[in-house]
Amino acid sequence: MAEAVEARLEANRRPALSIIRDLAIAVAVIVLIWLGLRVLRSETALDALGPLAGKLVQALIGIVLGVVGIWALFVVGNSLVELLPARATTFVRPYLFVGPAIAVVSIFLVAPAIGTIIQSFTEVPEGEGPLYNYAQAFTDPALQVALRNNAIWLVLAPAGSLLIGLAFAGLVDRVKRESFAKAFIFLPLCISGAGVAVIWRFIYEWRPPGQPQIGILNAFVTALGGEPVPWLQEIPVNTLALIVAFIWIQTGFAMVILSAAIKGVPIELMEAARIDGAGELQTFLRVVMPSIRGSVITVFTLSAIAVLKVFDIVYVTTNGNFQTDVIANRMFNEMFRFRNFGFATALAVILLVAVVPIIVINVRNLRRQGIGA
Amino acid sequence: MRKYRWLWLAVAMAMVVAACGGDGGDGATTTAGDGAATTAGDGATTTAGEGGAAGDTGYEHLDRAMAGEFEGTTVDIVAQWVEGEEENFNAVLDPFREATGIDVQYEGLPDYELALQTRVDGNDAPDLAQIAQPGKMASYAADGVLVDISGWFDVDRLREEQVEGFVDLTQVDDGVYGVYYKTDVKSIVWYPVAPFEEAGYTIPTTWDEMTALSDQIIADGNGNPWCIGIESEAADGWVATDWLEDIVLRTAGVDFYNQWWKHEVPFNSPEVLAAADQMAAIWFAPDYVYGGNTAINATNIRDVANPMFDAAGPQCWFQKQASWIPEFWPGNRDVADREAWANPPGEASSFFYLPGIDPAVGNPVLGAGDMFVMFTDGDRPEVRALLEYLATPQGAQAWIEIGGFISPNTTVPTEWYTTYPNTDLVPILNNADAFGFDASDLMPAEVGAGSFWTGMVDWVAANGEGTEEIFQSIEDGWPAG
Repeated sequence: MAEAVEARLEANRRPALSIIRDLAIAVAVIVLIWLGLRVLRSETALDALGPLAGKLVQALIGIVLGVVGIWALFVVGNSLVELLPARATTFVRPYLFVGPAIAVVSIFLVAPAIGTIIQSFTEVPEGEGPLYNYAQAFTDPALQVALRNNAIWLVLAPAGSLLIGLAFAGLVDRVKRESFAKAFIFLPLCISGAGVAVIWRFIYEWRPPGQPQIGILNAFVTALGGEPVPWLQEIPVNTLALIVAFIWIQTGFAMVILSAAIKGVPIELMEAARIDGAGELQTFLRVVMPSIRGSVITVFTLSAIAVLKVFDIVYVTTNGNFQTDVIANRMFNEMFRFRNFGFATALAVILLVAVVPIIVINVRNLRRQGIGA
Repeated sequence: MRKYRWLWLAVAMAMVVAACGGDGGDGATTTAGDGAATTAGDGATTTAGEGGAAGDTGYEHLDRAMAGEFEGTTVDIVAQWVEGEEENFNAVLDPFREATGIDVQYEGLPDYELALQTRVDGNDAPDLAQIAQPGKMASYAADGVLVDISGWFDVDRLREEQVEGFVDLTQVDDGVYGVYYKTDVKSIVWYPVAPFEEAGYTIPTTWDEMTALSDQIIADGNGNPWCIGIESEAADGWVATDWLEDIVLRTAGVDFYNQWWKHEVPFNSPEVLAAADQMAAIWFAPDYVYGGNTAINATNIRDVANPMFDAAGPQCWFQKQASWIPEFWPGNRDVADREAWANPPGEASSFFYLPGIDPAVGNPVLGAGDMFVMFTDGDRPEVRALLEYLATPQGAQAWIEIGGFISPNTTVPTEWYTTYPNTDLVPILNNADAFGFDASDLMPAEVGAGSFWTGMVDWVAANGEGTEEIFQSIEDGWPAG
């Protein structure tokens, strides 16, 4: 067997000319990329083109470098690896393709994560033990509120978006212009979190009684004869109001995944159920639901992770006031406003630890579905 | 054949390495070349000593700069001033640019504090930067990124010329890390002039007169006396901290006030709680504030005065806010041309000094200010020269004359202030019995930009209930050390 492979690889050996050509291409690509980067780094290289054209050309170079350059690097790398002895080639090639990804993740994710964990134990006031920041985190009264709120979010937000998304996915399956209906539900997902927060801030806007209510919700309330409600100040309505904004975003995501899963349920199975006399609801609960269980778990866990990271909605609407604070917002404040690196990193680690079980559930779920080994 | 492949590969590797190495070397050359090119270009357009004011400022580096010694060098400076204010600041920098031939690159950064922090963290600090919060300056100084200017800057002269207290704010231990450039007076109350006079009201000169007038307005059925709102995006609550500070200054005096922000006395000292009660007597008294406490928390500072300029007459009458606020009034907002403002300050509305409370304390003024700090090493005399320039009256003259600028430098001739409201503000500043710098800017950020703000928001949400608990929790949260 091994000899056969060897023989085939030997047969693939190419004449010296093609090797020189490959090398020339490799060198040319590297030089081109290097030149491109130099132009991008230089502040003056494109000045001759004028301010607008210069910027456009710069952007164009950036796009070409980013898209074509990466591709070219892989191709060139591959052709270089093929110059190695055959056995080495088969050994090295996978690393050539996986390596950059591993390197990028290591440099930008793993290393900072380790640094964060270390910092959360070492950045403590003089004379305090390494657990100081964590002790603070769990005794600080304001943070207790944030922890409690994160728990409320975790219970309500993923479940809410899952249920509504599931309902839409089930219903939209029967709609004539399905993609049109889906696009509408999906749209909020395309808006940045901060943008969503601004929209909902307007929806919840409160003006003193007697003034024209510019918030649509209070406009309704007053039109029906009620007193305007300060949605973002009233505890605990305000936290629920923020969760609604989150569900509004996340529902589209849940719907798309679940809708695809529902379409994957074999039609024969549904027909068999119906022939056996199952009603619509029964079919959905007993046949469809078990079939899409994996997707449901995926949606739920991904939503849960998004909830733990929730920041922009809170930051823009209430900035954590009126007992609506969440850990991520507090972390931002500690980091960028108070410069408490120790405390902020401890909060980051707490969030990380909270996310781990959810990721474990997700990975197990994927394995059960046969995705990933 | 196969062994030659290794050779080829080695050659390729060598070329890659060479290319990478060349990158670094070439980069350096390019920078140097660019620098030289700039020098030549600028030198050609500016003749030495064009300003003609060489050698008479009394500041060493500035005099040398005026003599053209640093022509062709570049200094970059950043501040939070954008758009109109950016033009004003450039108007101040232009005479310096012309006189010295130094290329001063000014950049106004939006979302300023975070932007500056990011640049500093990224090793891309500007030469000079504006900072509003002395606490921020102190933390940069503690990080070792700021230049201690006391070795070469004439700090004694600065101390003599500036309003008392400013230089102290730039000191950390024995070092001086900043130069105050701009100040603002917060202790003023705006009111709508024409309806006010029509109603026959007179400007209160004592706190009691002010509350009596408030009662009068309610009794006359003229709406609510006070327009208050503390919502301010990520900085909710700061308006309330200003109020409390103004009252602490008036009831407990500036000495106590300075002990208070230094945390030499507890945050929730009896004096402070008494001041809070004084404040609550306005903020949470029935009918005193337009929309009540919910409106205080819900109303953005930019919208506070809307009811004051209501078409049906003022729904509320007083807004305590610094002199920049008219920009945000209805009819003025988004109108770049001040001449076209619907509610021009000084005509549609004017201000009175927030009266003193305790005659023994007198009439203090609460204010704030902007300083410049230096990030790059002082070996660059052109940077030093610009910092010195900004300390002189001339370094602010253009902006003072445009308006919207008050210098902490008392040697600025008062006749330079020709625009309202500074014509009326500068006398308040000059006649003040004491100057208190905005305490929330001086406290550690955890308090001054954190628990003090949020505590005030909670206090308002509770309509003034639980004062002691809220102030106690701010005290408890004061960072150790």
